Amino acid sequence: MVSAALDPAYDQSAATRGAQIDVQNVSHRFSLKGEPLPVLDQVSFSVAPGEFVALLGPSGCGKSTLLRLVAGLEPPTSGRILADGAPIAGPDPSRIVVFQDPTLYPWRTVRGNVALGPSIRKQVAQERERIDQVLTLVGLEGFADAYPHQLSGGMAQRAALARALVNEPRLLVLDEPLGKLDSLTRMRMQAELVNLWERSRFTALMVTHDVEEALYLAQRVIVFSERPAAIVADVINALPYPRHRDDPKLIALRKQVLAELGLQA
Amino acid sequence: MMSTQGVESHEALAQTPIRALGGRQSAWTAVASLAWLASAVITIEWPNADDSPRTAEFAVLQFVVALFVFASLALGTRAPRLHARVRKLTPWLVVLALGFTAWEIVTAKLQLLPRPFFEPPQALVDVFAEDWPRLGTSVLASLRLLVTGYLLGACAGFGVGVSIGWSRAAGYWLHPVLRFVGPLPATAWLPLAFFFFPSSYSAGLFLIALSTSFPVAVLTWSGVAAVDTAFYDIARTLGARSWFLVLRVAIPAALPSVFVGLFMGLGAAFSVLVVAEMMGVKAGLGWYLSWAQGWASYANMYAALLVMAVMCSGLITGLFKARDRLLGWQKGAVKW
Repeated sequence: MVSAALDPAYDQSAATRGAQIDVQNVSHRFSLKGEPLPVLDQVSFSVAPGEFVALLGPSGCGKSTLLRLVAGLEPPTSGRILADGAPIAGPDPSRIVVFQDPTLYPWRTVRGNVALGPSIRKQVAQERERIDQVLTLVGLEGFADAYPHQLSGGMAQRAALARALVNEPRLLVLDEPLGKLDSLTRMRMQAELVNLWERSRFTALMVTHDVEEALYLAQRVIVFSERPAAIVADVINALPYPRHRDDPKLIALRKQVLAELGLQA
Repeated sequence: MMSTQGVESHEALAQTPIRALGGRQSAWTAVASLAWLASAVITIEWPNADDSPRTAEFAVLQFVVALFVFASLALGTRAPRLHARVRKLTPWLVVLALGFTAWEIVTAKLQLLPRPFFEPPQALVDVFAEDWPRLGTSVLASLRLLVTGYLLGACAGFGVGVSIGWSRAAGYWLHPVLRFVGPLPATAWLPLAFFFFPSSYSAGLFLIALSTSFPVAVLTWSGVAAVDTAFYDIARTLGARSWFLVLRVAIPAALPSVFVGLFMGLGAAFSVLVVAEMMGVKAGLGWYLSWAQGWASYANMYAALLVMAVMCSGLITGLFKARDRLLGWQKGAVKW
C-alpha cells in the first residue's frame, strides 16, 4: 500500500524535522451553563523531537481538549505549551491535526482536499509534485479526481492523512484518527501510520482509547485519569518496529497499562 | 436442480414482457402517428360552424407532427436518438392528439363552448402568425426586466445572507431588518414604488429584486450558519485567514442551500414581474395580457400564457443546469 519509491531528499530532511513539545502545568476549564467544568488538571509532559506518544484515557476525560490546545485552536486556561521552546499562540501549519472524522470538503476532489494547505499558501502549482507524491504515499493516486462521497471510510481517512502530510508537519496531532474504521481496515492503517512516521519522522501525538493501538504504535503511552484529566502513568515502550500484536512483551505491557487504568486483564 | 429451473423460469418471465413491450411500443407509436393524422383530417374536412381563420394551417401543423412520428417509426434504428425520443414521448403524443381533436370539435366544429372566451386551437396559430412582433418584443421586455431585477436581488440577498451568517455586527443590524421587511409581499410595495421611482421600469426592477432577495438571503444565511465547524478548524490549523474561511469554506459549503433560495427567489420574481407589468410597466408579457384583456381577445391571452410558460420553464431549467454544473459533487440531487 505505502509506496516504497520515495524521494530520498525528503527522507533525509525528515530525520531532523520533528518538533519538541513541552506541556507545562496546563489546566483547562470549560464553562457549562455558567458553572466551571474543569477538564485538565496540572498536566505536564514533554515530547522529544520525532517521538511517537500516545495519550490514553477513559472517553470524555479531556484528552481531545489537550490536543486542541497543542494544535493552538484554543488557549489553555492556565499553564504553558511550548513548541521548540516558543509558546503556542495559535494554529500553525507546522502542527497539523487529523480528526476522528476525515472532514474532507465534499465540494473538493481528493486532490483538491490534499491541496488544501498549498492552496491556503497559494502554492498549489509549485507543490504539485509533492501533492502527487503524498497521494501515492497513502495509495490514493488512482482516486485523485474522486469526490469524498465516493470514498470508503478507510480511503477518506487516508485522504485526510495525506492532506496533513503534504504540509510536511513537524508535529502531527492525531485525535482518534482510526476510531471509526472497521477493525481490519484499522489494523492495516495502524501499520501504515507506523510506516509514514518512520519515513518522515515528524513528532506524533495521538489520542486513543484503544490500549492495543497505543502500544502497537507509540514509544510512550501517557495514561490519564477520569475528568479532570491528570497523568497517572507514563509507560515507555522501547520495542522495535515493526511490532507484532502477539509479542509476549507487548502483551505484558498491555496488562500493565490496563492495571493503570484500573482494569485487571 | 430445482433452483436452476427456478432461475430459468425467472429469466424467461423477466424477458418476455420486455420483448413484448418492444413490439407493443412500436404499435403505440404507429397509433400516435395515426391519431395525429386523423386529427388533421378532422380539422380540415369537418366544416367549421363559424368563421375560423388559419384552420388549414393548423391542419398542416398536425399533419407535420403525424409525419414526424411516422418518420421516426420508419427510420427506426437508423435514427436511434430520434427513435428513442419519440418512443419515450409516445403516450403523451397519443393523449395530445386526442386532446387537440376534442378541443377542435367542441370549439370550431360544434361551438359547444361560448366564443370569444373559448377559442379553437387555430386561433392560437392565428395569433402567433399575426402578432408575433408584438409578442416577441413583450418577451424581450419581460426577460430584460426579470433577469436584471433577479440578478440584482440575488446578489444583494447573497451578500446579506453571507454577512449575517458570518459577522456578528452585520447580524445585529441586518437580521431585524430582514425579519421585519422580508416577509412583506413585494407586491404590497407596488403603489409606493410607482410613486417613488422615476420610471415604472425602475420600480419594477426594485420590486423584483426585493422579492428575490428575501429567500436568497434567508437560505444563504442558514447555509452559512450550518457549516460544520470542523471545516473551519481544518483550514485554520493549515494557516487560513478569515477571507479564505468565508470564500473557500463557508460559501462552497453553503451553496446547496443558496440554490434552494435562488429557486424560491425565481418563483417569487415571476409573480412580481407579471403583477408589475399588469399594473404599471408599459411593456412585457404581463402588459400584453392586460392589453389583450382590454380588447377581449382571449386567443391572444392564451398565446401569451403559453409563451410565458415556456419562458419561465426555460429559466428554471437554466438555473437547474447551473446548479448541476456547480454542485456536481453532491450526491443524489433532484433532476428537473
